Amino acid sequence: MLRIRKLPIIIFALFIIVFPRVSRLIPAIQNYPDLMIFAGIYSLITIGLSLLMGYAGQISLGQAAFYGIGAYVSAILTATYGLNPWFCMVIGMIVAAIVAVLVGVPSLKLKGHYLAMATLAFGIIVFIIFNEEVEWTGGPDGMSGIPGLSLFGFAFDSVEKYYYLVWFFVFSVFVFTINVIQSRTGRALRAIHSSEAASSAMGINVSRFKVVVFVYSAILASLAGSLYAYYLNFINPSTFDLFFSIKLLIMIALGGMHDIWGAIIGAFLITFLSFEWLHFFEEFEVIVYGVILLLVIIFLPQGMVGIPKILKGLFNKKVSNG
Amino acid sequence: MKIRKMAIVTTVCLFGFGLLLTPTMVFSENLKVGAVFSVTGRTSFLGDPEKKTAEMVAEQINNAGGINGKKLELIIYDTEGDATKTNLAVKKLITKDKVCAVIGPSLSGTSMAVVPLAEQYKTPLISAAASYKITWDEKKNKSRHWVFKTPQTDTMAVEAIYTHLKKRGINKIAIASITTGFGKSGHGELVRLASKYGITIVEDESYGPKDTDMTVQLTKIKGAAPGAIVNWSVGPTQVVILRNWKDLGMTEIPFYQSHGFGSRKNIKLAAGAAEGVFAPLGAVNVAELLPASHPQKAVTMGYMKNYTAKYNEPLSSFGGHAWDALHLVAKALKAVGCDRAGIRDYLENKTAGFVGQHGIFNFSTNDHIGLTFNEAFLMVVVKGDDWALAK
Amino acid sequence: MPMEKITFANQLLQYLITGLTVGSTYAMVAIGFNIIYNVTEIINLAQGEFVMLGGLVMVFLHVAAGLPIVLAFPLTVIIVTLVGMLLDRLAIRPIRQPSVLTLIIATIAASIIIKGIAMFIWGKDPFDLPAFSGRHPIHFLGAVIQPQYFWIIGFLIVIVIFLTLFFEKTIIGKAMSACADNPGAASLVGINVKRMILLSFALSAAIGAVAGITITPISLMEYDRGAMLAIKGFGAVVLGGLGSFPGAILGGLILGTIESFGAGLIHSGYKDAFALIVLLGALFLRPSGLLGSIEVSKFKRF
Repeated sequence: MLRIRKLPIIIFALFIIVFPRVSRLIPAIQNYPDLMIFAGIYSLITIGLSLLMGYAGQISLGQAAFYGIGAYVSAILTATYGLNPWFCMVIGMIVAAIVAVLVGVPSLKLKGHYLAMATLAFGIIVFIIFNEEVEWTGGPDGMSGIPGLSLFGFAFDSVEKYYYLVWFFVFSVFVFTINVIQSRTGRALRAIHSSEAASSAMGINVSRFKVVVFVYSAILASLAGSLYAYYLNFINPSTFDLFFSIKLLIMIALGGMHDIWGAIIGAFLITFLSFEWLHFFEEFEVIVYGVILLLVIIFLPQGMVGIPKILKGLFNKKVSNG
Repeated sequence: MKIRKMAIVTTVCLFGFGLLLTPTMVFSENLKVGAVFSVTGRTSFLGDPEKKTAEMVAEQINNAGGINGKKLELIIYDTEGDATKTNLAVKKLITKDKVCAVIGPSLSGTSMAVVPLAEQYKTPLISAAASYKITWDEKKNKSRHWVFKTPQTDTMAVEAIYTHLKKRGINKIAIASITTGFGKSGHGELVRLASKYGITIVEDESYGPKDTDMTVQLTKIKGAAPGAIVNWSVGPTQVVILRNWKDLGMTEIPFYQSHGFGSRKNIKLAAGAAEGVFAPLGAVNVAELLPASHPQKAVTMGYMKNYTAKYNEPLSSFGGHAWDALHLVAKALKAVGCDRAGIRDYLENKTAGFVGQHGIFNFSTNDHIGLTFNEAFLMVVVKGDDWALAK
Repeated sequence: MPMEKITFANQLLQYLITGLTVGSTYAMVAIGFNIIYNVTEIINLAQGEFVMLGGLVMVFLHVAAGLPIVLAFPLTVIIVTLVGMLLDRLAIRPIRQPSVLTLIIATIAASIIIKGIAMFIWGKDPFDLPAFSGRHPIHFLGAVIQPQYFWIIGFLIVIVIFLTLFFEKTIIGKAMSACADNPGAASLVGINVKRMILLSFALSAAIGAVAGITITPISLMEYDRGAMLAIKGFGAVVLGGLGSFPGAILGGLILGTIESFGAGLIHSGYKDAFALIVLLGALFLRPSGLLGSIEVSKFKRF
């Protein structure tokens, strides 16, 4: 966990780069790059959430709100006021950061269940605002006509082009976050996670760190929201509801909370389960999520990332038992 | 570290496993039509009857020999009422399944999420949702070239109600609406059209879809003493508000529901509180009450008999939208085959006078809705636990 | 009957009555939270599902199977109690290294599963129960009261009296309180802590079921009512003070009243937001609640 090797990142990058070429040749997975765009967008959110929950030990059940803030700020400023989409993306991140400070400072003083419920309440309140303020947000019917992204005349208007754009962002954020984890900040976060009293005694400004990580997770979620809005050219509030916040939780738990790779793995798995593999469960997809979550939390608390370690442990036991 | 590498390998293997779960494509001579409905999720009361109706219609067509001898293959994806899933599903239908046309989605929100796709991939889309914005591009001030829809708009329902109110000499009303897309859209039209019909709105209340009690809102309305109450909601709230209306002793104030009230189940759940309540409903809801000379009598009676026989449940007004959409597509397929542009042109120009469940359609270059309010809606009143045509 | 003229004061009274009724439901949910919390320090986010099940199971037994209310009521409570016990056994007890995070996730997972199963059994439609003593409204000072309201408030009072006697006078009740204060010491004196935990879930589920049964005749019941009830119930808990029974009642009634007045006087679309804003306010400004104590809130093991 402390030293994150470069080789897996390079292998993964190669996989991402090559995948669309491969999928074009296999009819059964022709639509997978489309799904991978969403896996990438969700990964942006889960990376931030993983840092917050796994490394700093704070619970947030309201990340969907920041996802929505990024999406709506981008949508409103571009569709209604015609501003440049990239610029609006940045504004979205700034707004999300400000909201995160306003909500985070009082909330992060709370612990455990109280923090969870505070973030939950915050998430729902933002959702209600998206629904109610029809003049701004279009209300439950959503906002359409959101423009796409383009750079110096090159428009990201196909599935493949957007795929590379999103994953470029994901890798940048991923590498940056890994650097943070391996820096002094990362060590401070882990100290806070194990004992706030001890870290405070060591001179770490505990509340400031917590707020900073919370803001970071909000900024990433906002970035994801903007990318989502520019891709679909349409958003509506139900995308940013409580269940999405819970889905993010499932992604982190399934992938592995205490490891940044878990964020990506979890996002991948849930995206594919959600949009492709669980189709035949139809309605009862929700029960499957609940069951997955419960099984993971009981039998696999380290998430998928923990599987190799468990296998290794079993293998070692067999070896030592002769 | 080996552990990270193994984690990646594990994920890639799971990918491979996932591929096994993905059904492979079958090459066929069939005429493929794609459908996206909110079969599950919060709005399954829309998508479920739509799916059932579409499957029933496809089965009937194939049993009668198909379309020009070819089988009509219906590929239905469940959107769960989610914009993201709808977007992914429609892209899949168009690019991977290579359908000739798409019917659905069930909701205005999800429809707006896929309207650009119809244009981008040049595939005709017939939505089963209400908002006029689905077919009307407000920025360009003309109809969207590739998108049609079969349901009546909220505008039409409101006009039907206001016409009836005007006829009865009522000009002061209170409105209550649900804070979902359906409610807000209706609310918007109620406010917008009020002055056109000389109506003043004296009280404007709203409530959430999960609310279990509207006595607060009704109490305020009672205080404003309106000549009638118009309620715009769908789901349990439209029943609860009726019970509150009765319990608060307000039955002297006439109560109008939206077209979302169109199911006998709602009358039953209201436990007597629906007596005397008005609603604008499409002909499909009141097939038995139509006089024999009514142009829609035959198709609505046929649909009702077939649906209730096949599925053992009362028919739902919303299934009728799917019936209309699929039959329109089938007609086009019969004429021009699996030619996306050809189907689009046929729908726009050659389907005038199509008798459907919710009205008689007349599409044209700048009208991709095809209906007018006075024949799309009938004013119906609840009498003795059943519908009756209102005077 | 000619409709009476209604004044602003009449309206306020109506809001108050609605608020107290809705608040009683929140109070019952809050009591359920407190029981489990007092013994285990777990906040059971699936609490709302017990209310939902209470309503729907009663519908099945009384309406579908035709059992008389006198039989269906206790039978429903027993069934939902069993669900509560299953929750403890299958979702809580198996967790090897319980932490706040894992327990929150476990109860969320449980609530998703229960909701999904309810949807499978009952579908998505709302269901109705006949009111216990009819629907003839009582007119009082210009406001209207449904007889069912008295049943709701009545059951709340009965539950409170029962619980007070239980925790203070019976051996099992005292044993449960001991677990809450100090499980280590409790098990040293021979109290089976695991069994007390099971019992707390059982009791909580039973109370939730009563809430569900009594509220359904007024507001119908459907499979996904649980989440919002749980959140608002938790709001009542925080407002009144975590772990305090009179706090739960006070918190529930106040929350319901604020919500009702907010919807009536300000804007009804934001009704849910009011309850949540109150929750946030309580968390930020006075986390120990109105009746809780600072010492109790400091000793939390979070």
